[in-house]
Amino acid sequence: MRRNVLPGLSLSLGVTLFYVGLIVVLPLAALIIKAASLGPVDYWSIISSSRAVASYRVTVLSALGATAFNLVFGLALAWVLTRYRFPGWRLIDAMVDLPFALPTAVAGISLTALFANNGWFGSVLSEFGIKVAYTPLGIMVAMCFTSLPFIVRTVQPVLEDLDPALEEAAQSLGGSDWTIFRKVIFPLLTPALLAGLSLSFARSLGEFGAIIFIAGNQPMSTEITALLVFIRLEEYDYQAAAAIASVLLITAFVMLAVTNLLQARALRYTARS
Amino acid sequence: MKIRLDHVVKTFNTFRAVRDVSLEIESGELVALLGPSGSGKTTILRMVAGLEFADGGHIYFGDQDATDIPVRDRGVGFVFQHYALFPHMTVQENIAFGMKVSKVKREKAAIAARVVELLRLVRLEGLGDRFPAQISGGQRQRVALARALAVDPKVLLLDEPFGALDAAVRRDLRRWLREIHDELGITTLFVTHDQEEALDLADRVVILNEGQIVQQGTPEQVCRDPKSAFVTRFLGDANRLSAEVRGGVAYADGAAIAAEGVANGAAEIYARPGDLDWSAAGPGISASVTRVLDRPGGRRVIAVTAAGEHVEFDVEPELAVRAGDQGFVTLRRAQVFTAS
Repeated sequence: MRRNVLPGLSLSLGVTLFYVGLIVVLPLAALIIKAASLGPVDYWSIISSSRAVASYRVTVLSALGATAFNLVFGLALAWVLTRYRFPGWRLIDAMVDLPFALPTAVAGISLTALFANNGWFGSVLSEFGIKVAYTPLGIMVAMCFTSLPFIVRTVQPVLEDLDPALEEAAQSLGGSDWTIFRKVIFPLLTPALLAGLSLSFARSLGEFGAIIFIAGNQPMSTEITALLVFIRLEEYDYQAAAAIASVLLITAFVMLAVTNLLQARALRYTARS
Repeated sequence: MKIRLDHVVKTFNTFRAVRDVSLEIESGELVALLGPSGSGKTTILRMVAGLEFADGGHIYFGDQDATDIPVRDRGVGFVFQHYALFPHMTVQENIAFGMKVSKVKREKAAIAARVVELLRLVRLEGLGDRFPAQISGGQRQRVALARALAVDPKVLLLDEPFGALDAAVRRDLRRWLREIHDELGITTLFVTHDQEEALDLADRVVILNEGQIVQQGTPEQVCRDPKSAFVTRFLGDANRLSAEVRGGVAYADGAAIAAEGVANGAAEIYARPGDLDWSAAGPGISASVTRVLDRPGGRRVIAVTAAGEHVEFDVEPELAVRAGDQGFVTLRRAQVFTAS
């Protein structure tokens, strides 16, 4: 056996694998087994029912919208938090994590109160004919809220570590601010952005507590997939619940695999000869 | 392009980094800014580049006042200590960057041809497709130089260009940079804290301390005629002996040396290790050997004088000398300054 100077590897390896097996793999396997106990025909008819498909559409589209919004806003927030120091900077920086700490139901209820037609935001928006609460837009708002920290917290450390000399070099070579952002900063942020993006999207796909208060939960229009799973569970239809949940699981898995691939591609340059 | 600094001042918060520096660099000259850390040398370089703005004074490029021209329009090539290569671009892409983003539009083929030419100049043919992480430190610094030269800068500025490299590579690159400078004739200003590097490479050395120029001149001038104890100490190993000056002669404990123009009173004698001789019999400054260091070219002796001052000097490799030996030190050549 190869001798290693660093201690404790085998014990920690064993404990970790056992823990991951118990907490992550076992429930997921149970889910797959439950879904697989349906025949392929039943499975297909459940996951392709029009109500299920409508729920996938609203969930995925809202998650995409929320992630796209967070990509821009999260990047901007990370940028401002690294590049500027202003009164209240520490407070804002701490508040970024709040969506993690807040029970999502609390977030959902406050967002609903704000965006309802008689709420602070809702009353203003309704004058322009924009309805947020009880529409897909509301689902997006809730997803944006709960997944905001991911992109900020993945991009921020990379921005902080970015060597200022890189930008100075680019400036001395005649690059404009926009060119430098596009050709130097953005490519270096890409791996972190992808990581944040995939986490943010995965979280949005699976979000439940914050959404059900603001969504209205109308089947075929504002019913998210996680809620449909919950409804099937309440009806004691475990197999159907597992089948629909497996679709979410596979979607999340494929998406994570794709972003990992993209990330590896974006990090090509770090490989040594 | 001639550069002129006119009473330039820079303060960071309360730290006066550069205090009233005036300096002229002739077109095509290779000048070193030499000083200890905190002497303001890098700040001066960055102000010439436009990476810092002066709080007072003016910087001229030729007849043009460049003080407020931003770095991207100043037409300087800047080489950073830690290369600052774009890690996600290949060597070629790094070199081409300046040509691609420039306001002057260039043909793709022209850019490619120029990249090939620059790769040849910095002797990195065949490494164009590598990423910076895949080449050595010395190679990276050559890429950085090629990248800076690609935009045909009026002035080349280098900030401790060889500081992060090991000694052998540093010596090679030094000689090579001198060759490139002689070939291109571009006005070059570089910063270093390494006196050997400055003396080897530069036409003229500007020595800085605490934000001010303490002396400038050719390597010969500053080495042969240092104007202050600081310059003497900073340019290389020097022994310091307390002395007293009376009527143009400095008297130490057992030695005397000419000190024309030095005021009567307490003084300091500075002598290089090579300017001291050792003999077993007097006359001279009585000393006892504490350590002998053997080096390929000779022996370095560390001794302590009767007055308790440490001296270092070089002797012939064949000379038998050991720790504990008693003897006498004589001064062949020295600089005398009024005690500070």
